[in-house]
Amino acid sequence: MKPKIYGNGLYKIFGGDATTAIDLLKAGQSKDEIYAATGQTVGVRDVSFKVAEGEIFVVMGLSGSGKSTLVRMINGLIKPSAGEILIDDVNVADCSDEQLRNVRRNKVAMVFQHFALFPHKTVAENAAFGLKIRGMKASERRERAQAALEQVGLGARGDSYPDELSGGMQQRVGLARGLASEPEILLMDEPFGALDPLIRNDMQQELLELQRTLKKTIVFITHDLNEALALGTTIAIMRDGVIAQTGTAEEIVGSPADDYVAAFTRDIDRSQVFAAASIARPATPLDLATDNAEVAMTRMEELGIDAVHVVDDGKLAGIVSYRAASAAHRDGLDLKDALTDDFPTASPESLLNDLYPLAGTEYPIALTDEKGQLTGIVHPQDVFQQLANEEEEEEEKEKA
Amino acid sequence: MISPSDFLSLPFDDWVNIFVRDWLVPNFRPVFRAMQWPVTQVLNGLSTFFNATPMLIFTAVLSLIAWRTSGRGVAIFSLIALIFIDLIGLWPETMTTLAMVITAVFFCVVIGIPFGVMAARSDIFRTILRPILDVMQTIPSFVYLVPIVMLFGVGVVPGIIATIIFALPPIIRLTDLGIRNVREDLIEAATAFGATPWQMLVEVQFPLAMRTVMAGLNQTLMLALSMVVIAAMIGAGGLGLTVFTGLGRLDVGNATAGGVGIVLLAIILDRISQSLGEARAMRGPSLLATIRSLFSLRANKPPAEVERAG
Repeated sequence: MKPKIYGNGLYKIFGGDATTAIDLLKAGQSKDEIYAATGQTVGVRDVSFKVAEGEIFVVMGLSGSGKSTLVRMINGLIKPSAGEILIDDVNVADCSDEQLRNVRRNKVAMVFQHFALFPHKTVAENAAFGLKIRGMKASERRERAQAALEQVGLGARGDSYPDELSGGMQQRVGLARGLASEPEILLMDEPFGALDPLIRNDMQQELLELQRTLKKTIVFITHDLNEALALGTTIAIMRDGVIAQTGTAEEIVGSPADDYVAAFTRDIDRSQVFAAASIARPATPLDLATDNAEVAMTRMEELGIDAVHVVDDGKLAGIVSYRAASAAHRDGLDLKDALTDDFPTASPESLLNDLYPLAGTEYPIALTDEKGQLTGIVHPQDVFQQLANEEEEEEEKEKA
Repeated sequence: MISPSDFLSLPFDDWVNIFVRDWLVPNFRPVFRAMQWPVTQVLNGLSTFFNATPMLIFTAVLSLIAWRTSGRGVAIFSLIALIFIDLIGLWPETMTTLAMVITAVFFCVVIGIPFGVMAARSDIFRTILRPILDVMQTIPSFVYLVPIVMLFGVGVVPGIIATIIFALPPIIRLTDLGIRNVREDLIEAATAFGATPWQMLVEVQFPLAMRTVMAGLNQTLMLALSMVVIAAMIGAGGLGLTVFTGLGRLDVGNATAGGVGIVLLAIILDRISQSLGEARAMRGPSLLATIRSLFSLRANKPPAEVERAG
């Protein structure tokens, strides 16, 4: 699929003509060497990325890593020194002011770290700002601003002024201002960075909730890895102006590209990152229609397991233990009579954290999709092994 | 002792004389004459209006404005001050001075705000403008009275033009300052939503600079008032003339009366224009609400401030 946003070979050098600095960078010089040689600061160097439509692309990095510069290149607030940024085939790095304004008015909205609400406008006027700039009629924009405020739960505060609202509410207004113009792309520059941890958590959940219905393409900047892991469909980790690694939360935590990323992910609660599917084994279910208790026993003996799932017409019907199967075989009963439905199930997307309570039972956990089909099984010991994985790795490192 | 003047003396005064008398005046007099036209129109309109308005009605309206903008104290003060001015027999002079001052301030705003905006937008323009403003503010006004008379003639309008030159710098400077001080993140936000430079100015920069601009307006107004006596020297009338003729005839009483009139007018205008610039007035009730509350028995107090959200 074609990416919604495509950044290719982006550089940003602050302070004057960039050509020498870029040549030096390509020759392999470091940020500090370039500062010493030219007095220029390297913001971003040779960054390429793709953002697919409808995903949350999180750029994570510490301050000075170039993440804010990167996001500002997407809507042209900062012009790259080299490289291109394509938004649906428009290269915002090199287009007329008029084209750039059109992109900003109709396609890309932005939410800021310190809210950047206009203090002289009411909440409703703030939310309607983008629409007013676009030249929409007053009545229509009032309606749409009100709808946007309701989306973020501030429908009743339209007549307040921003300074009468708490930080969390102000950022909701910021979000409503972004949503009101119904952009395809939402840029969020550390939007929750200035909020209390508790409110930040709420806002993250609300953003995910909104995203479920809105399906915007979101580029989200953060310095908080937990936030990145909680929100990101794809996560890019930036350091010193380059992207150190791009991948899903599981890829970042599971196989960090270098020591820098590994150091970041060390303290992460892995159970919040890994989904059940990541440790699932392929299911080898029996079919109620064709298999009997004897087949069940043979299967378990072959695989060396104590219980096996049984499907009926594609759907998960239950589980049969070796003991139940052999009893059924002895008594000449159907496989159906040996089934028990008292076994744990979970969805493939559920996090390991949610598997803890299920992992205590004797049976393996069945992963079923929304249609009730068995997609895999998770053995309780695998859950704990995955969580312990990291500590082992560390110990190995220490030994080495 | 040896000094450079032993070897060389520069006829600077002659140069200026030649520049003004032999070049500027003959060549540009019609241009300057034409520039008087708008000032004359505004002044005549205002002057006719103020002088035609009955004293009692004018006093009532001004006190009302003072009450709405700056509260009861200023309103009572205005009422008493205006009655006092009438009692000492200086009402027509005061109206003339008021018309002159407002004309001068009007043109200062019309010229000054665009210049201030341009200065805020362009560093080059600002660099050029700054020394000119410095000269305008520091040069003694007596120095340019003579060339003004040469170019514009004698009378009220040349007096007003001298006043404009003197009172213009603060509003330019403070418009520039106000716009430059608008928070960078708000500019960025407006840009990110696709605002054109004009939308940026009208929607974000100017409204947020308003407080500072109003402070500039207040200073401009005060400077204009302080020029009325000097303007009287080249033929402007009003309270300035009362003071000036009083001085000439050593008539201490008349000069003092004129002076007191100027001071009272200054206090009223200062208080009103100052409170226009305060944030509360900016966000205050709309004109309609103001008029409505004027007719309600008691001034509707705004409801206690909305409880701050935790």
